[in-house]
Amino acid sequence: MHSQKLGWLLLSPTIVILGLFGIFPFVYVVWVSFHAWNPFAANPHMVFNWAENYRKVVFDQQFLASLGITAAFVFFAVTSEIVLGYVLAQALLKDFPGKAIFRTIHTLPLIMAPIIVGSVWKLMTTPSIGIIPYLLHSWFGFDLNIGQSALAAFIVTVIMDIWHWTPLVTLSLIAALVSLPPDPFEQAQIDGAGKSQIFWHITLPMIRPALIATVFIRLMDALRTVDEVLMLTGGGPGSATRYLGVHIFREVFPKTNYGYGSAISVVVLYLTIVVCWLLYVSLIAPRAKKG
Amino acid sequence: MKTRNPWLLVVMWIAISFATLFPIYWLFVISVKPTVELFSTPEIILRSLFWKNYTDVLNNPTLRGYMVNSLLISSGNALLVTTLGFLACYALSRFDLAGKESIFFWTITNRMAPPAVFLLPLFLLLTQVYKIGSFSFADSRIGMILVYCSFNLPFAIWTLRPTVEGIPKELDEAAYVDGASTWTVLSDIIFPLARPGLAVTLILTWVFAWNEYLLAATLTNFRARTLTTGLSEYVTTTGTQWGIMAAISVFTLIPALIVFTVVQRHIVAGLTFGAVKG
Repeated sequence: MHSQKLGWLLLSPTIVILGLFGIFPFVYVVWVSFHAWNPFAANPHMVFNWAENYRKVVFDQQFLASLGITAAFVFFAVTSEIVLGYVLAQALLKDFPGKAIFRTIHTLPLIMAPIIVGSVWKLMTTPSIGIIPYLLHSWFGFDLNIGQSALAAFIVTVIMDIWHWTPLVTLSLIAALVSLPPDPFEQAQIDGAGKSQIFWHITLPMIRPALIATVFIRLMDALRTVDEVLMLTGGGPGSATRYLGVHIFREVFPKTNYGYGSAISVVVLYLTIVVCWLLYVSLIAPRAKKG
Repeated sequence: MKTRNPWLLVVMWIAISFATLFPIYWLFVISVKPTVELFSTPEIILRSLFWKNYTDVLNNPTLRGYMVNSLLISSGNALLVTTLGFLACYALSRFDLAGKESIFFWTITNRMAPPAVFLLPLFLLLTQVYKIGSFSFADSRIGMILVYCSFNLPFAIWTLRPTVEGIPKELDEAAYVDGASTWTVLSDIIFPLARPGLAVTLILTWVFAWNEYLLAATLTNFRARTLTTGLSEYVTTTGTQWGIMAAISVFTLIPALIVFTVVQRHIVAGLTFGAVKG
């Protein structure tokens, strides 16, 4: 019923802008990834070195370790955010006193810049000046030291991420849940369906597109987290919280290893795309075909 | 929805709010303390307020300029990406375009890029390639508005698509039968129905742009420098000035808070609309 031309016209500004600020820089990064290059040196020559950078990536212990802890970080943070976000979105749809105020309060972490979140959590958790180690020590006799305990640093970064991003999940699920038509739910209740049946057979399939989009956004943002973790732990202690974003940042900036940093980025971007594409094909595409 | 005991929810939300607000409260606590006091034993209750950090920030014309830049860049970016995202989502949901699912997926890959390594190519493109006559996009507000599209536009498209697809096709098809043009359909039918989704997208993209740090820190020099970038100027070799940093942070929160509360009313309007529809 519509002309294809009009459709492309509506899409074209998006394609042009993303091409200029997405594809172009990407092509450049791929090109650099085949070179040895320190752009900050006095004599910044770009030396073509075949796939040397990629060979290094595959055998880089630090990169592989970083990949592992990033996977753990993303898994724990994103799973908690989705479950918690869904529960809170459902709670905010009910009627209770002060609902509007609570909803506003709940969305507040979202408006904070990652760099600020990192700073505040650092000030709250640094031993001897931070309020959290102080309280844990005086109430429970527990010594929290994110500067020395790898596990403590990991847990604190996960909690910080949950604190910061659960509201995003809540917001987008509220928007999805209110747009649902009430008829199927009423019908199910009349038919005597239980709460969990309604959740699995009606709510979940109906909010699936919004839910998957939310999971995607959280997944890819968690995978490229830099500012927050860099500010909070600097990737330490040791390399306990040296997540991929931090790892690349460290390779590029203090070490000025630009060619190698580019190669890691290409690999990381490739892995992210593959993971998301597999999720997309298995979760969204079958439904799109049916519909 | 009816709840059996609403007060249980209230208690739960008070507990959650406490956990949510504490880091923000702590930011405020740090901002009203002289530096020396930061290194003594922490106390939960504030005993005195020390406002010098705030007056230092307000009396600093450079930081005031950064705030204006932040406001213009994030507002410009949010409006641009929401508008373009809206048009793109309409095209994706109503037109039978070849390879549109691949295009949809491609847009999001732009948000997956690890930011650190893309700083340099963007810097080179802005300083050396993207020029119109003598106007360079480097260190300009419009340049930053466009750069931020790389991560915000995919977000807008991905959050808006379910909203636009959720609007029954029969509504606009009926309008076309009555002879309406695409623009009329977009502005009179799709836009009002998509309002809750558009509002959520608008605030979130605004907030992402307002809070962006890494790109702004690298790609701007003075003309388009933003408030979050101003923060890093207080991390010096002689030590971090946490008090001033906290005060600037509080300032970055205020406009975000205002925008959030204002637009949230529209979300609520959208929510009521959703309820009326059923």
